[in-house]
Amino acid sequence: MARAISTHRKALNTAIAWLIAAMIFFPILWTVLTSFKTEAQAIADPPLFFGFDWTLENYTTVQDRSNYFRHFWNSVVISVGSTLLGLALAVPAAWSMAFVPSKHTKNILMWMLSTKMLPPVGVLVPIYLIFRDWGLLDTQIGLVIVLTLINLPIIVWMLYTYFKEIPGEILEAARMDGASLKSEVLYVLLPMAVPGIASTMLLNIILAWNEAFWTLNLTAAKAAPLTAFIASYSSPEGLFYAKLSAASTMAIAPILIMGWFSQKQLVRGLTFGAVK
Amino acid sequence: MGAITLEKVTKSFGDVDVIHPLDLRIEDGEFVVFVGPSGCGKSTLLRLIAGLEDTSSGRIVIDGADATDVPPAKRGLAMVFQSYALYPHMTVRKNIAFPMRMAGLDKAEQNRRIEAAAAALNLTDYLDRRPGQLSGGQRQRVAIGRAIVREPAAFLFDEPLSNLDAALRVGMRLEISELHTRLKTTMVYVTHDQVEAMTMADKIVVLSAGRIEQVGSPLDLYREPRNLFVAGFIGSPKMNLLTGAAAAERGATTIGIRPEHIAASPDTGPWRGIVGVSEHLGSDTFFHVRIEGRDEPITVRADGEVSLHHGDTIYLTPDENRIHRFGPDGLRLA
Repeated sequence: MARAISTHRKALNTAIAWLIAAMIFFPILWTVLTSFKTEAQAIADPPLFFGFDWTLENYTTVQDRSNYFRHFWNSVVISVGSTLLGLALAVPAAWSMAFVPSKHTKNILMWMLSTKMLPPVGVLVPIYLIFRDWGLLDTQIGLVIVLTLINLPIIVWMLYTYFKEIPGEILEAARMDGASLKSEVLYVLLPMAVPGIASTMLLNIILAWNEAFWTLNLTAAKAAPLTAFIASYSSPEGLFYAKLSAASTMAIAPILIMGWFSQKQLVRGLTFGAVK
Repeated sequence: MGAITLEKVTKSFGDVDVIHPLDLRIEDGEFVVFVGPSGCGKSTLLRLIAGLEDTSSGRIVIDGADATDVPPAKRGLAMVFQSYALYPHMTVRKNIAFPMRMAGLDKAEQNRRIEAAAAALNLTDYLDRRPGQLSGGQRQRVAIGRAIVREPAAFLFDEPLSNLDAALRVGMRLEISELHTRLKTTMVYVTHDQVEAMTMADKIVVLSAGRIEQVGSPLDLYREPRNLFVAGFIGSPKMNLLTGAAAAERGATTIGIRPEHIAASPDTGPWRGIVGVSEHLGSDTFFHVRIEGRDEPITVRADGEVSLHHGDTIYLTPDENRIHRFGPDGLRLA
């Protein structure tokens, strides 16, 4: 009897899980569907699910009107660039916090994380002015720098957690074996931390790819990534839902595909250290 | 060459003094064991020699050169850790090669030394495996192999056998002793196990609370413990320590007598007691005997065939020449 109840509950749990998943997935599905409709069908009431004339018109219009690949390339440069720069800064920081901690290490980590609690708009004006004076507005390098700084606390935190899992004795063994600090990090620490570094990279690329506040405010035309590309289709004066959806689909597709193929790595990375 | 001298070395973590000013000389080629209870500072002392911890004051001299501020990589010492500390992402071959790779040795020489070490340590068949695929004993041998190939001035062992099961531990103990006989390199070995200390050491350093209690050969420590701590720590089972009348009769505050230096008899002897727990080891039997007016039982070694049971009356005769006498300060009386 007890067994029967548990199967029953299992089925219920599964159903709830599917329902939640469907709710989360629905907006994406709806966006993709809308991107294949005409503008009139996109706003039809009652809404059309599948019974509409599928068209690729929106995609060709969007590509004609704005250069998708330039925005795509900007997104790649900004997200990968800020991730690599962030890692270069975070690896030494996380190394020292994990292996030579001082009594203030925990406070520094908290303080770094607290910067993420600050509303970004609070520092928009000073950063905008600095960017203007230094000629960084609407440049890839400017966005790489600002996104590196925005995500650095998360990169340091994640790497710190992974490094903490690596027994200090192994690094001491490397030191005893005659390894310089550089060799110790390069040949022993980093290879052991590869899974952690990979998931940190993936997560950070996704965060940078989706970041909209700074990319919208600090770019105009030249360095605008896909977020700006989507935003250019949401204008208050016109109804361009279908085109907006086509642009959105094109913008999220690359990161969605990347996330799909690396989900195992991502989940492993995010739960790393939770269970031994 | 591998003579190591510690001069007035101290170590504090914050306000806690872990090592009090300490002098020690380790001769070239000696097998020195640091032994003491947990928290006595023996591992810290080893790490100070290795350079993994900085001294708070004092000097460490290795082969005549001041090594106090030399980083561990440059001290020419090899260390074997309790957790083995192998590089999990490298094969056994690469693990063993790592120190030579760091030293920039040419490939042919690296391979020669790897093959030699693998042959000596029975690792030849495992060279292409990763540490995760090896048993505890094999991992420990890889760690030793990694230490051997760099031909260090001295080997440092930090409780290398405590993660192994009992049978393996005895085997590895012999292997390390044989290694020392063959290489004749200085070895400094940390353990909390006094049996390991007694069986392996040329010289034992007994530590307690960051101070050296006594330095000497295993038999020196066994025969003439300098104080009560060493008397109680060296020897298995522990020396019996008695105070009161028995000690006063012999002009001491405390007397010590080892279980193997007490004769047991069913009918005659100066100390009468009741047999409590008996431990039969086959070759020997240890009786825990309760004597009237004493809280702690006295441990006595008897022949394995002696048959006495719980509750039987027993008479004990200590060997007067083997009684250790200690004064009120706990120090040995001449």
